[in-house]
Amino acid sequence: MKPLAELRGVGKRYANGTVAVSGVDLDLHDGEFVSLLGPSGCGKTTVLRMIAGLAEVSDGRIDWHTPRDLGFVFQEPTLMPWSTALTNVMLPLKLRKTPAREAAARAEAALAAVGLEDFLKAYPRELSGGMKMRVSIARALVTEPRILLMDEPFAALDEITRQKLNDDLLALWDKSRFTAVFVTHSVFESVYLSQRIVVMAPRPGRIAAEVRTDMPVPRDPGFRTSPEYAAACRTVSARLIEAMAA
Amino acid sequence: MTPTWQKIVAPLVIGVILLGLWEYAVRAAAIPHYILPGPLLILQTLVADWDTLSQSLWITLQITFMALAASVLIGGLLSILFTQSKWLELSLLPYAVILQVTPIVAIAPLIIIWVNDTLLSLLICAWIVAFFPILSNTILGLNSADHNLVDLFKLYGASRWQALRYLRLPAALPYFLAGLRISGGLALIGAVVAEFVAGSGGTASGLAFRILEAGYQLKIPRMFAALALVSGTGIVIFLLLSLISHLLLRRWHESAMRREN
Ligand SMILES: Nc1ncnc2c1ncn2[C@@H]1O[C@H](COP(=O)(O)OP(=O)(O)OP(=O)(O)O)[C@@H](O)[C@H]1O
Ligand SMILES: [Mg+2]
Repeated sequence: MKPLAELRGVGKRYANGTVAVSGVDLDLHDGEFVSLLGPSGCGKTTVLRMIAGLAEVSDGRIDWHTPRDLGFVFQEPTLMPWSTALTNVMLPLKLRKTPAREAAARAEAALAAVGLEDFLKAYPRELSGGMKMRVSIARALVTEPRILLMDEPFAALDEITRQKLNDDLLALWDKSRFTAVFVTHSVFESVYLSQRIVVMAPRPGRIAAEVRTDMPVPRDPGFRTSPEYAAACRTVSARLIEAMAA
Repeated sequence: MTPTWQKIVAPLVIGVILLGLWEYAVRAAAIPHYILPGPLLILQTLVADWDTLSQSLWITLQITFMALAASVLIGGLLSILFTQSKWLELSLLPYAVILQVTPIVAIAPLIIIWVNDTLLSLLICAWIVAFFPILSNTILGLNSADHNLVDLFKLYGASRWQALRYLRLPAALPYFLAGLRISGGLALIGAVVAEFVAGSGGTASGLAFRILEAGYQLKIPRMFAALALVSGTGIVIFLLLSLISHLLLRRWHESAMRREN
C-alpha cells in the first residue's frame, strides 16, 4: 500500500547555519505506530515540525498522498491557561468553525476518552502534570486526525504516570488506528509503544537504523517483563549505541 | 499568605499613628496653621469648604477618567495595529516614545495655546502622560503568547483574527492590566500637572487650581485639604483598578492566584 507521506532526502539548515538534520528518508504508513528515537539534539523535533509544516524543509522534499490531516502534541502540555479543559479541547474545532454545540459535545467525548470526564470545567493550573498532558492529547485527537505527531509528550512525567499514559495512548491507538509518530529518547518507551523504531544519530541529525518490532497490541499485562520485550529493547539499545559511536 | 484583613489593618494603624504624631507635634510646638496645619484642622476645612472642593474634585475626576478612557482606547488600538503590521510599529512607535519622554510641563503651555477649550487641552495633556504604559505593556503582551500555542494555531489554519481573538488578546490581558494600573495614576498626575501649568480660574477649575489659589491666599489648611483629595483620589483609582485586575485574572493568572497549601 502507498504510504501517506514520504520524506525524501529531507534536510534542515537553520538561519544561523546549524544543520539540524540531513538526508532523512522516511515513509509514514497508514495506521502505523512509529517512534523516532535518539539523543538530545539529534533533530527529532525538527523532523516532526517539518512533517507538521511548522518548519520549512530546506533540502529534499515531503510528498503527501493524502490531505495533511494532523494532530500535534508538544513536549509541554501547551494549554491556554485562561481556558478550562473543555474550552482548550474545543479550540481546534472552533478554529475550523465547527458549530459550538457540536464542538462541545465532541470535546467532552475526547476528554472522556482520556479519562477526564470529571474535569471539564477545571483550569490547567488546577490539574496535575499528567492530567494536563491528557488534555493536550484529547485536544490533538478531537479532530480525529489521520496522523498524530507527538514530541516527547511524557518526558517530564514520573515513571508510574508515564507507564499509565503509555497504556492509555496505546489503547486509544488500538481503537482508532491513526498513524502515530512518537518522538522519545527512551528505548523502553519506544519499544513498548511502537511497531517500528527509527533510530537517529546526531551531528548532523540523520536516520541511523530502523527496527521493526511486530508484537501484538493490546499488550498483555506481563508484556513489560516478557523476554520478547527485553530482547527488543536490547536490539534497539545496540543500534542506538552503534549510531552514537559512528 | 497574609489574610486580607491584615493587609487593610496594618497600613491603617500606621496611618493613624502618623496622623496622631503630626497633630501632637503641631500642638506641642504651637506651629501656626499657615505654616503647617494639623490633620484635624485640615479635616474641618475639608468639611467647611466641601461645596467648592467637591466641584473641583468632580472636574479633576472627569479629566482623569476621560484621559484614562482615551488611553485605553487609543493605546489598546495602536498596540493591536502595531502587532499586526511591523511597518506601522517601526514607523509610529518612535513618535509615541518621543511623546512619552518629553516632559509634559514643557509642552502643556503650547497645547493650552493651540486648543481653545481648556477642558480639552487638559484632557490631551493628561492623555499624553497616561497612554504610554498601556501601549508598551499591551504590545509586549500581544507578542508574548506561548510559541507552541502560536504553532498550534498555525497547524489548524487559524486566521489572523482568530489568533488575535483566541490567543493574543487573552495572553495580553495581564500585561494590559498592569499597564492600566500605572496609567490610572499617571492620568491623575497628568490632569493635575496640566492644570498647574494652565493655572486657569473660572467655573471649570479642578483641584490643582484650588491648591494654587489657596497658596496665593495663604489659606494653607485649604491647600492641604485639596492635596488630601488628590492623594485620596489616586489611592481610590489604584485600588479600583487593582480590584478589576484581580477579578479578571483570579481564575487563571499566577499574579492573582491564592496559594493553597
Ligand atoms: N530555531 C533554531 N535555530 C537554530 N538552531 C536550532 C533551532 N532549533 C533547533 N536547532 C538546532 O538543531 C539541532 C536539532 O534540534 P532539535 O530540537 O530538533 O533536537 P531534538 O532531537 O528534538 O532534541 P531534544 O531531545 O533535546 O528535544 C540542535 O543542534 C539545535 O541546536
Ligand atoms: Mg525536541
